[in-house]
Amino acid sequence: MVGLAPMPLLSVEHLTMRFGGLIAIDDLSFVANKGEITAIIGPNGAGKTTVFNCITGFYKPTGGRVVLSLGGAAMPADVMALTGSGRRFRNTAAGTVFLLERMPDHEIAAGARVARTFQNIRLFSGMTVLENLIVAQHNALMSASGWTVLGLLGAKRYVAAEAAAVERATFWLDKVALIDRADDPAGDLPYGAQRRLEIARAMCTEPQLLCLDEPAAGLNPRESAELTQFLKSIQAEHGTSILLIEHDMSVVMEISDHVVVLEYGQKISDGTPEHIRTDPKVVAAYLGVEDEEVEKVEAEIAT
Amino acid sequence: MAVDAAHDTRAMAPTRILAAIKDALGAALLALGLAVPVLALRTEQNMSNELILQPRWGYVAVAVVLAFLARLGYLLAPALPKRERARPLPRGFGRALSVGLLVLLLAYPVLALAITGKAGAIKWIDNFGIQILIYIMLGWGLNIVVGLAGLLDLGYVAFYAVGAYAYALLATSDPVKAFMADWIGPGFWPAWAFWICLPVAGLMAAFWGILLGFPVLRLRGDYLAIVTLAFGEIIRLVLINWVPVTNGYAGISSIPRPSFFGLPFNASDQGFAAFFGLEFTPLYRTIFLFYTIVCLALLTNWVTLRLRRLPLGRAWEALREDEIACRSLGINTTNTKLTAFAIGAGFGGFAGSFFAARQGFISPESFTFMESAVVLSIVVMGGMGSQLGVAIAAFVMIGGTEILRELDWLKQVFGADFEPTQYRMLLFGLGMVLLMIWKPRGLVSFRAPSIFLRERRMVRAEAVREGRG
Repeated sequence: MVGLAPMPLLSVEHLTMRFGGLIAIDDLSFVANKGEITAIIGPNGAGKTTVFNCITGFYKPTGGRVVLSLGGAAMPADVMALTGSGRRFRNTAAGTVFLLERMPDHEIAAGARVARTFQNIRLFSGMTVLENLIVAQHNALMSASGWTVLGLLGAKRYVAAEAAAVERATFWLDKVALIDRADDPAGDLPYGAQRRLEIARAMCTEPQLLCLDEPAAGLNPRESAELTQFLKSIQAEHGTSILLIEHDMSVVMEISDHVVVLEYGQKISDGTPEHIRTDPKVVAAYLGVEDEEVEKVEAEIAT
Repeated sequence: MAVDAAHDTRAMAPTRILAAIKDALGAALLALGLAVPVLALRTEQNMSNELILQPRWGYVAVAVVLAFLARLGYLLAPALPKRERARPLPRGFGRALSVGLLVLLLAYPVLALAITGKAGAIKWIDNFGIQILIYIMLGWGLNIVVGLAGLLDLGYVAFYAVGAYAYALLATSDPVKAFMADWIGPGFWPAWAFWICLPVAGLMAAFWGILLGFPVLRLRGDYLAIVTLAFGEIIRLVLINWVPVTNGYAGISSIPRPSFFGLPFNASDQGFAAFFGLEFTPLYRTIFLFYTIVCLALLTNWVTLRLRRLPLGRAWEALREDEIACRSLGINTTNTKLTAFAIGAGFGGFAGSFFAARQGFISPESFTFMESAVVLSIVVMGGMGSQLGVAIAAFVMIGGTEILRELDWLKQVFGADFEPTQYRMLLFGLGMVLLMIWKPRGLVSFRAPSIFLRERRMVRAEAVREGRG
């Protein structure tokens, strides 16, 4: 990526989400670039998880546009044409453009290649670790099994596809150091291992964008450091772009290329970690300073 | 250490016994409270047609003492050692067990014939063999919906009914008969109706499964259960009230019986017995029906076991574990649920059309909610998702009911009025309560993983979710 102009992968435009009278997200716009790690931070209740749920289709946003371009950056004309057409995606010269706010959650995962993890871990706890990773490759296996018909008859094609799926699962189990627990039920793993397994499961869907909701929550410092290394290696070796919500500032500052700060559903800052660290508005939001005092804090920081 | 422990128990013993007696007295009091209104007084008519009260305090005393002793025994019984992890079964154990059971199943008619002779064999093959196998098949079919996909379905009997009526109506319909007679020949339809209608009935039931599936896609747990229950009742009420088509309560009779691939089981010269140069006896048809339902049940089992190792089956189980996680992985949960409903219903339809062919007569009476409840309890008692457990539960529950009919010697103990079959539901209930105390997750309470890397380790039941629909 060095030397190239950053290419937008996901652009969130004027996103608004209202629950009855409560405005959870208010006219939020930001861009996540291809191959970068973008962090969304903010105090509790700022609307971070709601943004995730809107991007991954679990909520239908009240307003706004969420554009994801695979292959290459979408031309504004293409996006306009797609928006006007009422369709969900459009093939362009560079690749494919998706309007995520129009797509149901499973299509976003399958078509737009966006994978996610959850704040409260959601593993298939009664299935083994390996089965969790095989279920993640459902769509590829489903078509290899001829929508079950060929698989039922024991087609060679399916046997080969399943072997390949096991191989991919093994690769990711090796990466998260869970290969020895492959045949244990996922619910029996310790907490940190469950977090790693959830990320591995998301990676088994071969995502272009990986959305992690507080991946370091509940981890000890050593596990956090390992997680940081793991996320960096995903970025470097697989070119997967990452969008993450995180409260652990050591993780955020170390791995993020770009940070977006939310407060009460609005974006209050957007930039590199260095820029965020010194932004008086962010400091005020985190330390709970009154609006009038912001200038004073600003002055203090300047000195 | 051992001495200490023994000493400890002895020191603890008096307080423990006292506490148990106290608890048991409580249970006895509860039993007293229940027994007084239920058992203590009975009204009878005397000679001049007046109602008189007849006290039965002896019954109450027996109930109270029984409750006391049962509770005391339960509390003082040495605690069973609990196994935390399911042991890996010896290699090849499952295979050996299933081969053994299969051989026993296939040899059953021959054994019955050898032991009870021609006269007794029909009863044993029909009432025990075929009856149990129909419920095994229904249990395996419902197991797909409830055990694997975790969708609680209280109206499974609807699909059984759809299958039975699909076969009965098609096979007895005059236009179809006339069309087949014109097109192929007069003998064709009576001889082949069952074999043609069987897949049609299955498809019809699967279609109705999808029809049920669509409106309930968004429902979960209790709400889903209520709607499926209502669906089962709707089908039954339609069958009762749509008299021009279904003949209402009177039902449909003279449904053609299955033929031996074109050879009817009758005493005629074209019949099965004459063709093979055998002496005619109704036994042949019974044995043939037995092997037909064996094949149908084994097909259900084979398809289910196979599906569990395919992405579709794994998606069902994942759906039971966590629907939201499924969607985040790109699994279309709508299609996954609908296929579970359709395939489960399809097998119910097969069983239904077999039932109609075996009985030769069907009416809405055969498709009450009770049937759904029995099939569901078979699945729950067997251990949700376990094929072997469901088969054992069906064997025990249906076989047990049939055995009650055979216990004539009880009449000598309890008097000539005693009818053991009347206690069927009481025994059912008691059995279920005891089983749920002993094994809350059913008889076979571990889950076999569908794929493994190094070693197939059983997943204990506590880790597996029941599914919330």
